[in-house]
Amino acid sequence: MSQQVAITTRGVTRDFQSGSQTITVLHGIDTEIRAGELTYVVGESGSGKTTLISIMCGILWPTKGEVTVFGTDIYDLDDTALVDFRLENIGFIFQQYNLIPSIDAASNAAVPLIAQGMDRHEAREKARGMLEKLNIGDQADKLPNQLSGGQQQRVAIARALVHEPRLVVCDEPTAALDANSGRRVMDLLREVAVAEDRACIIVTHDNRVFDLADRILVLEDGLITHDGKEMPDDH
Amino acid sequence: MLWIAIRMLTGDKQKFYGLVFGIAFSTLLITQQLTIFINLIERGASAVYSEPTADVWVMDPVSRTPDVNFPMPATALDKVRGVPGVEWAVPHLRAGASVRTSDGDLEGVSIVGVDDATLIGLPKRLIEGDISVLSQPDSVIIDDVGAGKLFENGADPIGARLELNDQRAVIRGIADAIPTFTSQVTLYTKYSQALNYVPGTRNRMTFVIANAADGITHEELASRIEEQTGLRARTREEFAQDGIDFIIENTGIPLNFGITVALGFIVGVAIVGLTFSLFIRDNIKQFGALKAIGVTNAKIRKMVTVQAGLVGLIGYGLGILATVAFIWGFSGNPDFKGFYIPWQIPLISCAAVFVILGLTGWLSLRTVLKTEPAAVFR
Ligand SMILES: Nc1ncnc2c1ncn2[C@@H]1O[C@H](COP(=O)(O)OP(=O)(O)OP(=O)(O)O)[C@@H](O)[C@H]1O
Ligand SMILES: [Mg+2]
Repeated sequence: MSQQVAITTRGVTRDFQSGSQTITVLHGIDTEIRAGELTYVVGESGSGKTTLISIMCGILWPTKGEVTVFGTDIYDLDDTALVDFRLENIGFIFQQYNLIPSIDAASNAAVPLIAQGMDRHEAREKARGMLEKLNIGDQADKLPNQLSGGQQQRVAIARALVHEPRLVVCDEPTAALDANSGRRVMDLLREVAVAEDRACIIVTHDNRVFDLADRILVLEDGLITHDGKEMPDDH
Repeated sequence: MLWIAIRMLTGDKQKFYGLVFGIAFSTLLITQQLTIFINLIERGASAVYSEPTADVWVMDPVSRTPDVNFPMPATALDKVRGVPGVEWAVPHLRAGASVRTSDGDLEGVSIVGVDDATLIGLPKRLIEGDISVLSQPDSVIIDDVGAGKLFENGADPIGARLELNDQRAVIRGIADAIPTFTSQVTLYTKYSQALNYVPGTRNRMTFVIANAADGITHEELASRIEEQTGLRARTREEFAQDGIDFIIENTGIPLNFGITVALGFIVGVAIVGLTFSLFIRDNIKQFGALKAIGVTNAKIRKMVTVQAGLVGLIGYGLGILATVAFIWGFSGNPDFKGFYIPWQIPLISCAAVFVILGLTGWLSLRTVLKTEPAAVFR
């Protein structure tokens, strides 16, 4: 497999203002995320995982450093261009799903296509196809509150993938699921989100699924302290 | 995206109805109160409007309105007739009197004496009887709202005898007239007959009403009459306005209605503002997700604008409909006789709705625009 580089970070730091104090959460992250791989970011609570992937996917400005996503220096773009870049290239799976309660599953999954300007009916058809691929095609006409938590998550995954983004980011997708469901979701993500020219980054605490990763980055106090196929022994 | 915006809004039925209700209620309150206000103060001009022909009203310099007047010597009529440009001029008398009803009650009325020869000064239309009845002895014509008031028991006013300042009067017709501000009973009679009813001072003629000859404007004629006679002359439009101004200046009505209209506005801002910001707050996660996924602030702005616009359109429409239904429902009530909705009023309430939604929409939008997309991962 040719290993295309999906993301490059160069000297990424991030400070937060907390009252009068400045806390530095990331201390110069230099790494590359490769396409064709399922990459995990793991680490203790507060180590900066969410901050790092937010910066990698273009929703949080780094205090210092550069982030290149598929060849584009994303924080060099102006605001609108960055928003459009996300719309074309990035799929998001939020922990709380954030589905719109008053539109059905197919329409929820179709949101990125609709935002891109695709006709609503056409977008819904494509979204229906994606829901079928995720085995919830028969739930397409239901409202989010008529679905189980797991089904809602699949709708959220369909929404992240429907526009075939090159990068999918995911924060704690299995935290609320039992061990089996957690593994199924990870398998699913590998199947639909990872391809030769596509990458998937997942933040997780969940040691039950560590074996499914192609690569694991361990973050400790804002620094990458481990980078490999397996978890380090001391964890 | 606009479809999504609309579904977000209408999907939350409770808040959607709350918002529509808030706007509808504000619109109703503002439109209905302004309508009543305008129609009420226009009653100050009802004497002018009920008299269909006069171009210019001439009066003593101290007279102010049809009801606040001071009599002139009878010679004033000839003076006015002598002014070039006057096509015709006739005497017109308006005075108060009291009438004793058959039940023995005393009621204040206003007497209108119209020109004996031409009967100019009568309202355009009679509901019952014919203007010729005034040639019969002691004849008076009563206004329709007054008739309802004087004969509450439903007795037929026609043929009824009244004791008018101790003189005999017989009602022989009913006129279709706009009620006065105080809804006082108005009795129309011939000028010569009116002189009998009004206790005798030397001067009793309160107005001369005149028409302009072709080619001369009302304003021109009025100023000519003032110059040549030393009397006060007002065009029809000016005199109508004088009556309205008098009510505005001498009653608490503008203040009272102003307060209600302001309350309507404030209630609108409160209900709509609270509900709209609750709606936005409930959906802030969804808006945040949309922003992260790749919806620009410009599109978010459009979404919120469409949401506010939809609420405004439906709420405003319902409010106006409710006002029309209200005015229509009360059109049979004499207190509301002749009420209409001036076209400016719906525009004013439309502007108020615009301000209410603009204000609350802008405030809510700020929260959405300030939401960082990164917040979705928290
Ligand atoms: N917007 C913010 N303002 C201030 N401090 C913040 C902000 N976001 C994150 N932080 C701080 O940065 C640090 C790292 O946060 P981050 O959310 O990246 O951790 P995490 O590794 O994702 O933790 P968890 O596993 O609990 O989700 C924390 O100490 C947090 O308090
Ligand atoms: Mg986190």
